[in-house]
Amino acid sequence: MTAGEKQVMIGADIDRSLRRIAHEIVEHHQGTADIVLVGIHTRGVPLATRLGGFLGSLGDLPIASGVLDIGMYRDDLGLRPTPELGTTAVPGGIDGKHVVLVDDVLFTGRTIRAALDALSDLGRPSSVQLAVLVDRGHRQLPIRADYVGKNLPTAAAERVTVHLEEIDSDDGVWIEASI
Amino acid sequence: MSLLTLDNWTGDQINELLDSAQNFLEVLDRPIPKVPALRGKTVAMMFFEPSTRTKLSFDRAAKALSADTLSFSPSGSSVSKGESLKDTVQTVLAMGPDAMVIRHKATGAPWRVADWTGVPVVNAGDGAHQHPTQGLLDSLAIRQRFGTLAGLHIGIIGDIRHSRVARSDIDAFTALGAKVTLIAPRTLLPPSLDPWTVSIAPNLDEVIEDLDVVYTLRIQRERGAGSGFPSIAEYVKRFGMTSARAKRLKPETVVLHPGPMNRGVEISASVADGPRSLVTTQVRNGVAVRMAVLFSLLGGEK
Repeated sequence: MTAGEKQVMIGADIDRSLRRIAHEIVEHHQGTADIVLVGIHTRGVPLATRLGGFLGSLGDLPIASGVLDIGMYRDDLGLRPTPELGTTAVPGGIDGKHVVLVDDVLFTGRTIRAALDALSDLGRPSSVQLAVLVDRGHRQLPIRADYVGKNLPTAAAERVTVHLEEIDSDDGVWIEASI
Repeated sequence: MSLLTLDNWTGDQINELLDSAQNFLEVLDRPIPKVPALRGKTVAMMFFEPSTRTKLSFDRAAKALSADTLSFSPSGSSVSKGESLKDTVQTVLAMGPDAMVIRHKATGAPWRVADWTGVPVVNAGDGAHQHPTQGLLDSLAIRQRFGTLAGLHIGIIGDIRHSRVARSDIDAFTALGAKVTLIAPRTLLPPSLDPWTVSIAPNLDEVIEDLDVVYTLRIQRERGAGSGFPSIAEYVKRFGMTSARAKRLKPETVVLHPGPMNRGVEISASVADGPRSLVTTQVRNGVAVRMAVLFSLLGGEK
């Protein structure tokens, strides 16, 4: 990473956060029955897979982990270039399940709004919760996270960058002042 | 940006669109097969030639993206009273569509309309020239079965001369790295094969054992194809995809047809409904491909 950026989480921090969130999920749901993790494209996907690994080691069952692409549900279509679409696949479906949406950074809340719309087209879950690695504030919609890895106070103009080994070949979270 | 022809597409560009179409196929499998991506957009369907599947398919695609559609067909419209193409287009344009899908018997008509209007135009077939979404959906059906088109031997059989499907298919298949052989009577080949890199075979029996994909074209009597050979029986004898010939195909070889089929002429009923047939896959892919096309034209900033 270049100068002007400050690292706020290293790989071990991400690991610890996800372990804690796994425990919180088990505590809230009193187990892991009917829990489906759904990672939001792109960096929510490896986070959901990792979280699923930790959850699996706490319960008796492997935890299903799905992928959600929200490109077709964005509210800024028509304001930016055509987004590249990713895959959506939730093995076993979400009907009657307790869905935990997983994303890397919670910022304006618009991605989560789109994800909730996308989920409702896939079925009717019993409940939906949200787990994020970083909550950086500046919400533009009435949306909050149920599980937060790290609360990170930021200025609106700052940039938060998350790297995950599965995609970026290293792990870490950086904050960068925008010029 | 419009989609008028496939003759300038690279293999990478085609594969990118097919990847997107694959994602839209997943949408069509959902309990609620509809996404809000093009909410508030209007697509005008202007079919100056008869069409069942293409028109239905574009309509389904637009609606699955939550776009509204304006539909138009020449019979029962002012075209039957002699209105010119330009006047008809201007009338429809005044209703504010965000894109136009056009089928017309005149080669190049979609280009003219794109010039006149400035809105994205999708060519849904112009004369015997191009039918780009058909080329894309056929490529998708073959790619789903074999993983890639590179290195496959694809035989396109029948009325190449009058076929816009053949032209778009040849462009797409060769761009994706397939070896294409045209199998047709001389009279049903175009006067020039330039700039295609394709082989020619005088009858189906000569290459049948080597083909990975058999693409049968409809004999288009309305475009004068019937005058290109002595009789239907003669055509079937040399070019028909009969059940006897199907037995000589490699085990993994598939058979495609763009529809509507003349059963018993270019393809026998047993082959069309048999395990090698990708005909219904083609139709299903058509909706997803058209969703991908409409989304790529209308999903971004103006």
